[in-house]
Amino acid sequence: MRPLDEKETTLVFDKLYKILGNNLQKVVMENPSHEGPDQNPGHYCFRLQKNRVYYVSESLVKRATNIKREKLVSMGTQIGKFTKGDKFHLTIQGLNLLAAHAKHKVWLKPTSEMSFLYGNSVLKGGLGRITENIQVNDGVVVYSMADVPLGFGVAAKSTQDCRKMDPNGIVVHHHADIGEYLRMEDEL
Amino acid sequence: MGALKNKTKTKSQNPPPRKKLKKVLIANEPEKEDLLSDSDGMGEVEEHEESDEEELEFNSDLDVSSDGDDPFADDILKGSGDDEGSDVDSDSDSDASDIETKARAIDEENARVEEEAEAELQLNIKEEADEFQLPTKEELEEEVHRPPDLSNLQRRIKEIVRVLSNFKSLRQDGATRKDYVDQLKLDLSSYYGYNEFLIEALVEMFPIVELMELIEAFEKPRPISLRTNTLKTRRRDLAGVLLNRGVNLDPLSKWSKVGLVVYDSQVPIGATPEYMAGYYMLQSASSFLPVMALAPQEKERIVDMAAAPGGKTTYIAALMKNSGIIYANEMKESRLKSLTANLHRMGVTNTIVCNYDGRELTKVLGNNTVDRVLLDAPCSGTGVISKDESVKTSKSALDIQNCAHLQKQLILAAIDMVDANSKSGGYIVYSTCSIMVAENEAVIDYALKKRDVKLVPCGLDFGRPGFIRFREHRFHTSLEKTRRFYPHVHNMDGFFVAKLKKMSNSKQTPNPYEPSEEVEQGPELMESNGQNNGDGDIHQHSKKKEVAKEHRKLINGSTKGGKGENPPVMEKRTKRKRPSREEIARIREEKRQALREAKSKGKRNGGTVD
Repeated sequence: MRPLDEKETTLVFDKLYKILGNNLQKVVMENPSHEGPDQNPGHYCFRLQKNRVYYVSESLVKRATNIKREKLVSMGTQIGKFTKGDKFHLTIQGLNLLAAHAKHKVWLKPTSEMSFLYGNSVLKGGLGRITENIQVNDGVVVYSMADVPLGFGVAAKSTQDCRKMDPNGIVVHHHADIGEYLRMEDEL
Repeated sequence: MGALKNKTKTKSQNPPPRKKLKKVLIANEPEKEDLLSDSDGMGEVEEHEESDEEELEFNSDLDVSSDGDDPFADDILKGSGDDEGSDVDSDSDSDASDIETKARAIDEENARVEEEAEAELQLNIKEEADEFQLPTKEELEEEVHRPPDLSNLQRRIKEIVRVLSNFKSLRQDGATRKDYVDQLKLDLSSYYGYNEFLIEALVEMFPIVELMELIEAFEKPRPISLRTNTLKTRRRDLAGVLLNRGVNLDPLSKWSKVGLVVYDSQVPIGATPEYMAGYYMLQSASSFLPVMALAPQEKERIVDMAAAPGGKTTYIAALMKNSGIIYANEMKESRLKSLTANLHRMGVTNTIVCNYDGRELTKVLGNNTVDRVLLDAPCSGTGVISKDESVKTSKSALDIQNCAHLQKQLILAAIDMVDANSKSGGYIVYSTCSIMVAENEAVIDYALKKRDVKLVPCGLDFGRPGFIRFREHRFHTSLEKTRRFYPHVHNMDGFFVAKLKKMSNSKQTPNPYEPSEEVEQGPELMESNGQNNGDGDIHQHSKKKEVAKEHRKLINGSTKGGKGENPPVMEKRTKRKRPSREEIARIREEKRQALREAKSKGKRNGGTVD
């Protein structure tokens, strides 16, 4: 386990900024953490372990140092991983964190929930609600109408264009969804 | 008018005949009695006759009823009614005496028939009881060659159970209880598919009737249950959402506020969007129990030594509300993925997952560092036969022994990790999904002997207390605070839960361990007495070295001058102040030197020191 170096940090923060926007500061610096046996809330930090990036409370990090590198499997929340080509992708395990601080949201109709959970992208016909001021290539978190976070992706069209689209056009490209816990448990 | 009158007549005639039927019937008897009022018996006989007639010949009911000299009845039931009535009348009028004798004869016949019937009944009962004989050797050999006759086996099983429940009266002469029990064991193993070892073990633990209930319960699956993830939702809301999806569910029982039991479901219960969003976890009811016994508080440090697939770990995190820290350890790499996936899915953020052998954890986490430990030990799985039938045939005495050995090592490691002086904790919960005494009470007993811990109530009062004695074993009396759960009693998988409190951080038991009459203690005590009378130091040290080596295998922590299992030695030690580590090392070196010198002296002299 080691902290992220400069390059890695920029990659990670870029991706996070896409979804969180200005909330990134809140998440990285000011989020109070109640984990750990200490009385006062600490802060969170990012750690890299076996190409996966974890968002962990500092008190946990301190106590995980005596576990050998080969034996440490996971800490706190995993938010993403680095591919072999040194690109960073956000993964579904970070959904709770992202959904709590997301800037752009999309709500799906009940009929198209299952389609998204199978890994398909969101079509205009399945769209229930959409927040304003989404631009193309913005990170978007996808919810069901009951406000259950289902996954996240990247906007294919801005909010204005969405209104004029035909029902079969793609609105949000799929990146990750909670169905992966069942479909791809081995690859997580 | 005439027509109307006719109609009314017919109408009025229709109901009256029916009423008259009844009246006639009732009237018949008193009439007959009046006619033949000589003896009660005859009246009775007549009634019998009448009733017989009524029963046998429904058609002639009308005829019988028209026996009464009722003119109105004759209107409808004309010809035959008249004839019969006249016949009977003539009989009754003229042959009164004949009927008397006839009646008496019939009466006696009846009495005789009754007696014979009773006698036959008794005979039949006796025959049935005697009917069940234990199969002879020839029959058994025959059976072995033929394919198993299931209905025959089942009948024999039932018969033997019945005989055993009332042995004195129903036993076959010359057959001992053991013969019946042996035959029952054979039949049970071939009918239900158990191997000899397991049937033997079950017969030793349960009375015969309960054994049958248990075996039947193992044949059926337990109900599917799930646990609400209180980090994300409440049970009430989750139940509402699932009901809307078409799942038929109920709260699990009154001892759980987060459990739900699923009767049936229109959608796959393990694949709903709520499941994927981490609102609930599919978990059997028995798995709730160790975490409830553990009762983790917020901001504590907890270790889960065998965490996969993560049901209990996530429950602990939910109870702690994601505060504090949980070390989730799992030895098998293949199960780590499901553990991490479940933790992330349920939104647990306070957990560190590592991949160690549980016995090594004291090296990694240190001694006396955490507040509570949950050890859901790997076991033989004899309590979850309803989930995995292969356990019936695959477990042998050796398997159980190996499991027990591993469990003993793990529980000592668990105890060593806990800090006895922790403000809010100092507890270890040991649980297995097995019903074997060797894996449950024996392991706890071992821990009580080896460490300064004591049993405390688990808080699960609806279970059965554990065994204090079993066959030749005698366990500490506090073992009644442990709890056993059975499928046929609690409708859960077979389970065992024990909660220990660590009293102090020392690795010796200050009080000599009490009520065990086991054979092990004997020679040790005698040895120690012999040593104390003998050369003392050197021999004691060699004994301590052995003991120390044994324990070093188990725990890699430092031993504080060896473990005193011998009461006289221990008493000496507790009175002395414990020397520091450097002093101990120095003393040991000196003693080793002395031993070497003594050995070399002994060789020179041609004798042996020891």
